Amino acid sequence: MSQALKHSLSTEHRAKVQARGVNVYYGDKKALSGIGLDIPEHQVSALIGPSGCGKSTFLRCLNRMNDIIEGCRVEGAITIDGADIYAKDQDVVQLRARVGMVFQKPNPFPKSIYENVAYGPRIHGLAPGRKELDDLVRDSLERAGLMGEVHDRLDHPGTSLSGGQQQRLCIARAIAVKPELILMDEPCSALDPIATAKIEELIDELRTRFTIVIVTHSMQQAARVSQRTAFFHMGELVETGSTEQIFTNPKDDRTQAYITGRIG
Amino acid sequence: MTDSLANDIRLRRRYQAERRFRIYGITATASGLLFLGVMLVSILIIGHSAFRQSFIKLDVTFDPEVLQIGDKTDEESLRYAHFQGLIRVALREKFPEVTDRRELRELYALVSRGAADVLCEILIDDPGLMGQRHTYWLPASDDMDLFVKGEIKSSAPEIERQLSDRQIEWAERLTSDGLVDLRFNTAFFTTGDSREPELAGIWGAVKGSFYTLLVTLALSFPTGILAAIYLQEFAPKNPVTDLIEVNINNLAAVPSIVFGLLGLAVFLNFFHMPRSAPLVGGVVLALMTLPVIIIAARAALLAVPPSIREAALAVGATPMQTVFHHVAPLALPGMLTGAIIGMARALGETAPLLMIGMVAFIADIPQGVTDPATVLPVQIFLWADSPERAFMSKMAAGIMVLLGFLIAMNLIAVVLRHRFEQKW
Ligand SMILES: Nc1ncnc2c1ncn2[C@@H]1O[C@H](COP(=O)(O)OP(=O)(O)O)[C@@H](O)[C@H]1O
Ligand SMILES: [Mg+2]
Repeated sequence: MSQALKHSLSTEHRAKVQARGVNVYYGDKKALSGIGLDIPEHQVSALIGPSGCGKSTFLRCLNRMNDIIEGCRVEGAITIDGADIYAKDQDVVQLRARVGMVFQKPNPFPKSIYENVAYGPRIHGLAPGRKELDDLVRDSLERAGLMGEVHDRLDHPGTSLSGGQQQRLCIARAIAVKPELILMDEPCSALDPIATAKIEELIDELRTRFTIVIVTHSMQQAARVSQRTAFFHMGELVETGSTEQIFTNPKDDRTQAYITGRIG
Repeated sequence: MTDSLANDIRLRRRYQAERRFRIYGITATASGLLFLGVMLVSILIIGHSAFRQSFIKLDVTFDPEVLQIGDKTDEESLRYAHFQGLIRVALREKFPEVTDRRELRELYALVSRGAADVLCEILIDDPGLMGQRHTYWLPASDDMDLFVKGEIKSSAPEIERQLSDRQIEWAERLTSDGLVDLRFNTAFFTTGDSREPELAGIWGAVKGSFYTLLVTLALSFPTGILAAIYLQEFAPKNPVTDLIEVNINNLAAVPSIVFGLLGLAVFLNFFHMPRSAPLVGGVVLALMTLPVIIIAARAALLAVPPSIREAALAVGATPMQTVFHHVAPLALPGMLTGAIIGMARALGETAPLLMIGMVAFIADIPQGVTDPATVLPVQIFLWADSPERAFMSKMAAGIMVLLGFLIAMNLIAVVLRHRFEQKW
């Protein structure tokens, strides 16, 4: 707790992730050009920008989910804790254990709630025994703010939950693997306002343990949950800074135009 | 005013068009059902009599002298004993007035040749019966059987029917004496093929089909599923895999007889595998079924939402774990359905098996995949091709058995699909 408190109070945050000169191509089409961005540890960084500007593409670079897209090519350097994640000897599976991801549409496995959360720890050997796994699953559901709602039906299918609950189940699934970084790609875009509020609250709590990068199309959401904001436009990183500064005093005209609703 | 009139007309036309379309649809469905019904009913009408067989009650004395075996009673000697003689003696006792050699031959023809084998088995089972006299129900010959079932009419001119006037007279006497009975034809389900229609059974073909499909399944299911998983989930997209994909789709459309020719050229002539064997038939059918299974399995894999793959990969599952823990289980019902449909097609296949000699007359019931055998559709073809009229009903009965198996396989497909389908 004191650790967490110290983190949220300190103004200087170490850069967990550093991106330098990142270009991404889908075939011949350049989707991102020359992105240079630092993601500070134990903070929530929001990526905003009009649809199609490359926010998801950048996010997927951070856990190398772009690897599975045919014809997608990433140039430049991205480091986590100083280590290049595109290095030859970087194991993708291990990287994804360190960098969790939550998707736009809740995508729980068609298995029980318990199995959804237990799957990651099981394949990574995080829980040596039945008891440890049980504890880990319960702990993760607790942290995702879902335990109270599902404690008596852990064997029910994950897909039987409501949309917001499913998304929190996906968050529980991601944090069960004990990642350092959690990527969220418009996690609330398919949810109603109440479910959205719950997730936003959750994100704020999760910040104490994890570094979070969230893509959102809602500027209010970015303003509510994030400490840092990066504005993307047409494949370029236009401006980055503290959320307060971006929303009150943007330096670039395009940022100004976007947050006042003139483009996007 | 004119506007609303035009609107009315348009509305009426639309309703008419809808009605017309419904009538077309109902007509099409009904005519399809009608054809199906006509086919099934005609098969039932022709085939139902094959499930019953006439038996004649005779008093038989196991006379060692008639059997021509002296005092030996070991199985080997009994196998070669003259049981036909016992039946002839019994028939002569029933009809003492018949003495002419030609007439006697006609009289003997009322009882099946298989009756001697029945008596032989009885005596081998219990050699103590030697010298005793007992009453047995023995199978009638095919022509006698047809007469009992009313398919040979005494009103028809003599030269147009298989039984002479005399034979019909004897048959009627036997019937009125209560010595003829129609019973369930168990032999049809327990014996192999025979030259005599009343002795021919389907069991040899059923077992032949079973062994053939066993080989087909063992080869094509694992190969097909693994190939589909590799091509769909792992293979890079390049000209080579494109070529493979095109070829698989084409192979599924290749006429089945071509696979038979391939089997003949490669397995029989080059590898010298046994002729007429379920092993070779199974391999040929496996080649034929493989593309069907691959295509069905790939379609099933393609239907699994990509979000499941992303979810698994994002928690750090390897591509193999993703496929085997998440994607394949979801695709399993579709894969199984495809495999069973492929198997059902293989079960009904005749042409490629003709090429590798599975069309031979085989009376023995196969005991393994290398024994000479035939399969259900080929057996049906053989019976349809036989000149004896009594084989007609055997053919239709064979079709019923084949259809029964096909329906059963499709039901299994439905049940499996239901069982493995994860609705959540
Ligand atoms: N799988 C893909 N294949 C080809 N082009 C893609 C793919 N994914 C995204 N793109 C393109 O890359 C650009 C950026 O997309 P994306 O990162 O999804 O934008 P955002 O998330 O900001 O809306 C878009 O022009 C989009 O068309
Ligand atoms: Mg996006």
